[in-house]
Amino acid sequence: MTTFWTIWITVISLGSLFGCTWLLWVTRKSEPFQSETSETMGHEYDGIEEYDNPLPKWWLYMFMATIVFGLVYYLLYPGLGGFKGLFGWTQENQWEAEVQAAEAKYGPLYAELAAQPIEALAQDTRAIRMGQRLFANNCAVCHGSAARGSFGFPDLTDNDWLYGGTPDKIKETLLIGRIAAMPAWEAVIGAEGITQVAHYVRAMSGQQNVDKALADRGSSLYAANCAVCHGGDGKGIQSLGAPNLTDGVWLYGGTQAMVEASLRNGRNGVMPAFKDTLGEERVHLVSAYVYSLSKDN
Amino acid sequence: MKHELIEKNLGLMIPLIIVAISFGFLVEVVPLFFTKEVTTPVTGLKPLTALEIEGRDIYIREGCNVCHTQMIRPFRAETERYGHYSVAGESVYEHPFLWGSKRTGPDLARVGGRYSDAWHRAHLYDPRDVVPESNMPAFPWLFTAKINTAYTAKKLEALRLVGVPYTDADIAGAVEQVEGKYEIEALVAYLQQLGTVISSKR
Repeated sequence: MTTFWTIWITVISLGSLFGCTWLLWVTRKSEPFQSETSETMGHEYDGIEEYDNPLPKWWLYMFMATIVFGLVYYLLYPGLGGFKGLFGWTQENQWEAEVQAAEAKYGPLYAELAAQPIEALAQDTRAIRMGQRLFANNCAVCHGSAARGSFGFPDLTDNDWLYGGTPDKIKETLLIGRIAAMPAWEAVIGAEGITQVAHYVRAMSGQQNVDKALADRGSSLYAANCAVCHGGDGKGIQSLGAPNLTDGVWLYGGTQAMVEASLRNGRNGVMPAFKDTLGEERVHLVSAYVYSLSKDN
Repeated sequence: MKHELIEKNLGLMIPLIIVAISFGFLVEVVPLFFTKEVTTPVTGLKPLTALEIEGRDIYIREGCNVCHTQMIRPFRAETERYGHYSVAGESVYEHPFLWGSKRTGPDLARVGGRYSDAWHRAHLYDPRDVVPESNMPAFPWLFTAKINTAYTAKKLEALRLVGVPYTDADIAGAVEQVEGKYEIEALVAYLQQLGTVISSKR
């Protein structure tokens, strides 16, 4: 803040404070009566008159006290432009102190847990509880509070993993995020092709209500276009995030219509990266929690 | 003291009242107009694109700012949940501010990138599809209404008038950028950029 504004703020602030003091002083002195009186102000409306009493003492002293409070406050806290106040208080250093106090309190605990492998933490009730809290605050909006997922958001309890279910892979997913890249196929294989491939894919997953002829025609289209990512056997490739199509677990629905929609429009599911949001130590705990969910099943 | 002189003379009392009540404004607000931290954009701050501006106007139209603040205060409880506290330099191009004053829902100052586009769509179509305990209203009409482009260029011009550095090319290309798009696309684009200029936690 420039000197001009410091002077501007100081003059107006202290000026109005001292102005109030002065006003209080002169009006008090000029009272003709120093104690209660039956004299009136001399006006009368509808039979209502007003006594000409001085300010009640308690009120006057409270007024003075607020002025003293104001002066002390100006001295201790940054209220007068560039003047920092004797406490040196700022919003930032108050926040910094809060964060450091929390760091001192919780830091050793997180550090201790972060030093242990995820497999070990998944057995540790305390670590699981902490991981669950973090999950509820950060992950449950998409994956659900029971981690069972919903349409487009994977179930984390079922042992079916898009990007791998080892502790390291789970942690990697949390840290760097994931972006699925299922392209839209209508322009490539045509509307008929989409119907055929959808039948073939449903047949692969063991569904019974499949048109055999359409599925047979779909198989060559599948081999030419889909097998690159989902594998010739449809078991998917986790390093690409390509789902296993044979296990009956469907992220976007497994009916003919829904499989066709996925083929037609493509799917680009996004898992945001949590490295900046949570920090590595907390991601470690969430990883342990997520790992523990599927391990039990 | 002659109270009566002032009390019985409105022409004197009115200006004196105005002087008395202006002190707070003169001290607490006016200096900010000339303070560097308040008027200088943070590094990397860019004016919103035409699509994001339309999204912002939908945000205002639907009253999102009534329940959602965009102001992370410098308390640990808030920075742990939402990220770095909001700084003045992030709001330099905001006209009007959408800081809000009441949180029925969570703060959105740094919601950008926090969830996927698909999540935002599902959530705005019906919040209870993804968050069963949510009491946020559903906004299904955003998925069928196209953006009204009649004022898109004029909005950018108006913002330029109050100091947002749009180029002539930005304004000329504004309509083209939003033409034919649905309102949901604009709103999600707006939400996904919120607070992304400062990404560090501290």
